[in-house]
Amino acid sequence: MSNKTITCECGHVNPYGTEICEACGKPLQGDLESKKLLNMRYEGSARRSQTYKTTIIDKVWNFFSSVKVGIWIIVLLLVSSAIGTIFPQEMYIPPLSEPSEYYREQYGIPGQLFYDLGFHNLYGSWWYMLLIAALGLSLIVASLDRFVPLYRSLKKQRTIRHESFMKRQKYFGITKVEGENPTLSKLKEVLRKKKYHVKEEDGHLFAEKNRFSRWGPYVNHIGLIIFLIGGMLRFFPGMYVDEVLWIKEDETKKIKGTEEAYYLKSDGFILETYDNNDEKFKDAIEQSGQEVVAKNYQTDAVLYKQVGDRIPGTEPELEKVKEHPIQVNKPLKFDDYAIYQVDYKLNELQSMTFTMDKKDSGESFGELTIDLYNPKDEYKLDEGYRVEVMDYFPDFEFNDKGEPTTKSKIPNNPAFILRMISPDHPDGEVAFVAIRKNLEPLGENDYKMSFQNVDTKNVSGLVVRKDNTLWILGIGGAIFMIGVIQGMYWNHRRIWIRRKEDEVWLASHTNKNWYGLKRELETITEKTGIDMPQDQSEQK
Amino acid sequence: MAQLSSNLLYISFFIYFAASLVFAISLLGKKWRKSDEVTHAKKWGRGGFILSSIGFLFQLGYFITRWIAAGHAPVSNLFEFTTFFGMAMVFAFLMIYAIYKSNVIGVFAMPVALIVIAYASVFPSEIQPLIPALQSNWLKIHVTTAALGEGILAISFAAGLVYLVKKVNQEKASKSTFWLEAVMYTLISTIAFVIIALSFEAAGYSSTYEFVDVNEQQTTVEYTIPTLIGPKDASFVSGNEFGPLVEAPSWMKGEKAAHKLNTLVWSMLGGLALYWIIRLILRKRIGAALQPALKNVNEELVDEIQYRAVAIGFPVFTLGALIFAMIWAQAAWTRFWGWDPKEVWALITWLFYAAYLHLRLSRGWQGEKSAWLAVVGFIIIMLNLVVVNLVISGLHSYA
Repeated sequence: MSNKTITCECGHVNPYGTEICEACGKPLQGDLESKKLLNMRYEGSARRSQTYKTTIIDKVWNFFSSVKVGIWIIVLLLVSSAIGTIFPQEMYIPPLSEPSEYYREQYGIPGQLFYDLGFHNLYGSWWYMLLIAALGLSLIVASLDRFVPLYRSLKKQRTIRHESFMKRQKYFGITKVEGENPTLSKLKEVLRKKKYHVKEEDGHLFAEKNRFSRWGPYVNHIGLIIFLIGGMLRFFPGMYVDEVLWIKEDETKKIKGTEEAYYLKSDGFILETYDNNDEKFKDAIEQSGQEVVAKNYQTDAVLYKQVGDRIPGTEPELEKVKEHPIQVNKPLKFDDYAIYQVDYKLNELQSMTFTMDKKDSGESFGELTIDLYNPKDEYKLDEGYRVEVMDYFPDFEFNDKGEPTTKSKIPNNPAFILRMISPDHPDGEVAFVAIRKNLEPLGENDYKMSFQNVDTKNVSGLVVRKDNTLWILGIGGAIFMIGVIQGMYWNHRRIWIRRKEDEVWLASHTNKNWYGLKRELETITEKTGIDMPQDQSEQK
Repeated sequence: MAQLSSNLLYISFFIYFAASLVFAISLLGKKWRKSDEVTHAKKWGRGGFILSSIGFLFQLGYFITRWIAAGHAPVSNLFEFTTFFGMAMVFAFLMIYAIYKSNVIGVFAMPVALIVIAYASVFPSEIQPLIPALQSNWLKIHVTTAALGEGILAISFAAGLVYLVKKVNQEKASKSTFWLEAVMYTLISTIAFVIIALSFEAAGYSSTYEFVDVNEQQTTVEYTIPTLIGPKDASFVSGNEFGPLVEAPSWMKGEKAAHKLNTLVWSMLGGLALYWIIRLILRKRIGAALQPALKNVNEELVDEIQYRAVAIGFPVFTLGALIFAMIWAQAAWTRFWGWDPKEVWALITWLFYAAYLHLRLSRGWQGEKSAWLAVVGFIIIMLNLVVVNLVISGLHSYA
C-alpha cells in the first residue's frame, strides 16, 4: 500500500487515490484540458472508501462510510420513530391495564396489530437499538473516511495553484493590467481587511478564511458519538437508579437506591390550587371546565444520613442533612441523587377507631384504634372486655365465590372480622366490620362495634433518581452544538490570485453559501479594480 | 393590560396583511409601476420590509404586555405558542430579508405567518394559570428557542414553495402540479377552518351530546361547529339541534375522536369550497396562476436561501427543541427523555433536517427535490404542532 503513491509534477507525493494534487491543485485524474468544473468535494483527496474496494473490511467500511447509507439509516429511524407514536407506548397506558387487551379494546384491530408487532415497546426493541448502533457506526466510519484525507489536503495546500485548477473553479476570471501596478498589494490589503489569511509567493497570492468551519461536521459527529455512548452507559450497574418512594406524612423511610445510607422524612404533603375567582385566571379556569387547577404539589422533606453502621434490631442513628420542600421542577438534590415530586394520594386511611358498645343499654366498654397498616391481634378494653382481630382485609371485596378477600395491601376499603369478648360472652361474639357495614354472620350479638372516626394522612409519591450518565450526555450535547454552529455559521472561503505576464488570474471557492462569496468578491474586485470573476457554472 | 395586549395582536395581524400585499406589489404591479423594474422592486420591497418590522414590533408589544398581564411568559398553551411561532417566523423572515433582500420570499413567508397566527386564534385565548410542571424558567427558554428554530426552518418552506411555483412545469398536469396544488389546498383549508370556527363561535353555536366512551363511562362532548359527524350512539343533550348527519365509525371510541373528525371534515370541505371558488375565478391551477409573477425570480438564490434557512435554523432548533427540552425534562419529569409523542416528533423533525443537510451534499438533490424536502419539513413541524397536540396527545397537551 505504501509504495502506491502518485507523484505530481510539482514534486508533491500524494497518497494513492488522490484526484487533485494536495499541494498544487493539479487535477491528477481525467483530461487536463477539460473545461468541466472540478469536483471540489473533500478537495479531491484520497478517501479510503473510494480507493480500496476488494476485501470484506473494505466493503463494510465503504458501506458505512457512504452518506447515502447514513441517510437511509436516518430515514429508517425517522419512520420507525413515527410509527411508535400512532398509539401510546406501553409505559403510557394506564398502569393496571393488561397491554395484550388494552390495545385491542382501545384501538381495535389496528391496536391489536400494533401490539402484535411489538410497536407498544418500539423504542426499546432490538431492531430500534440496532438502527441506533448502525447510525453510530456510520457516524464514526463516514467521519474518519473524510476527515483524515481532508485535513491532510488542506494542510498541504500551497500558495501557488496549478493553472488548470484555477480555470476549473466555479468563480474564475482574468483581468488585464498594464505594467507594474499596485494591484497585488492593494488586493492583499483588502483581503486582510476582510479577515483573510493571505500568503504570498513569487507575486502570487493565496487568501483563506474560516478553514475551521470545515471541521464542524466532524466535531458535531464526535459530540453525537459521545452522546450515544452516554446513553449506553445507563445500562451499566451503578450508573443509574430509578426508584419510586411513597412516603406518608410524619413517616421516615429509607431511601431506596442509596444503599441505605440516607433516610427521608416527610413533614407533610401540600396541594395548592388556584383561586377560581382570581381576576387574572378565572376566565381560563371556567373555560377549561376543570373544577380546580393545581398550583403546587409539595412534600416538605427532611433528609437524614445514617451515622455509622446500623446494628440489626436497633433504630439507625440519623443525622439531619437538610430540609427541602420538594416541588415539581425543584427536586431535592444530594450527592448524585435527586428526589422528585411526581404523585400524591390525599387522605389515605391510616387507622380506624371504634368503641365496643352494649346494644340494649348503649353503654360503652372502651375504645380501640386499629392501625390499618399494622393491626394488633388483640385489643384490651375495660376490665374483662377485649377484641380479637380474627381476619383483616385492607382492600375488601367479595370474590367470585362470595367469600371476603382483599384486592391489595393498601387500606382503601378496610374490613375486619372481630371477636368481641365480654364477661357475658367469654367465648366472644363475631362481628364483620367494614366502612358503613356491620354484619353479624354467626347470629345476633348483644354487643356491637361502633365506628367513631378515622385518621387519614396524605401520601407523597416521589421518585429517587441517580443518573451518572448526565455529564457525559452534557459534554456530548455541548460538543455537538459547537460543531454544528462551527460548521453552519461560518464558511470556508479561498481566493487564489496568480500574476501571469500582464494578466491577473483570480479563482475562488467556498464550501457553501455561494451568494455570500459572490457579494464578498464583488466588494473586493470593486475596491481593487479587478474584473469580477465569472460564475462558470452559469455559462453553460 | 390583557385587553391592550390582544389589541396589539390584532393591529400586528393587519400590518402583516398589508406587508404581504406590499410584497406582492413589489413582484407584480405592472399597473402600479411608475419606475423601472429594479427601482420598483427595491422601493416596494423596502416598504414591505418596513411594514413587516412595524408589525413585528406591535406583536412584540402584544407579547410583552401579555407577559406582564399573565405574570409568566406567554408561551404556555396552544394559542400562545402558535402565536409566538408566527412571530418567530416573521422574525426569521426579517433576518433572512436583511441578508438576501429577496421580496419574493416575503410574498410567501408573510402569508404563511398570517395563516399560522390566524390559526392560533381558534384556540382559547384566556390567560391560563401555570400548572406545576410548567412553573420553570425553562418554559420561556425552551419554548422560545424551539419556536425560533421552527420559525427559521419555516422560511426554508417559503423559499421551497417559491422555487416550486416557479419551476414546476404547469403546461400539463403531473405529479408535481398535483402535490403543489395539494400544498395550496392545505393552506387554504387552514384558512377555511379558521373562518368556520370563528364564525360559529361568534354566532354562539353549541350543541352537547352524551355517549358511552371507551371506558364505558357516560361522557358529554360539546360541539362548537355543526355536527356532521357525531359520536357513535350519542344522544342529544342541549344546544343547537343539528345533525349528526353520520355517526363516527365504531372504532373511533376515544373521548373526543368523533369531535376531532368532525372538525377535520369541516376544514376539508371548507377548504374544498374555497379552493374551487379560487379555481373558478382563476380558471387554472393556483400554481399556474402564480407562476408568471415569478418569472424574474433568481431561482438559484431562492434555492440558496432555502438551504441557508435550514443551516441557520437547524442549530437553533436542536438547542431549543432537544437540548433545552432535555434539561427541563430532567428537572420536571425526572428524566431527560421519555419517548413522549412530542419528544419523538421533535426528534423526527431533527432527523429529517439532518437528512436534508446530508442530502444537500449529494448530487442532484439541489433545486426541485430539495424544495420538496423543505415543504415536507414544514409539514412535519406542523404535524408536531397540530396533530401531536390535538390527536395523539401526551404529556405536552397543555391546551
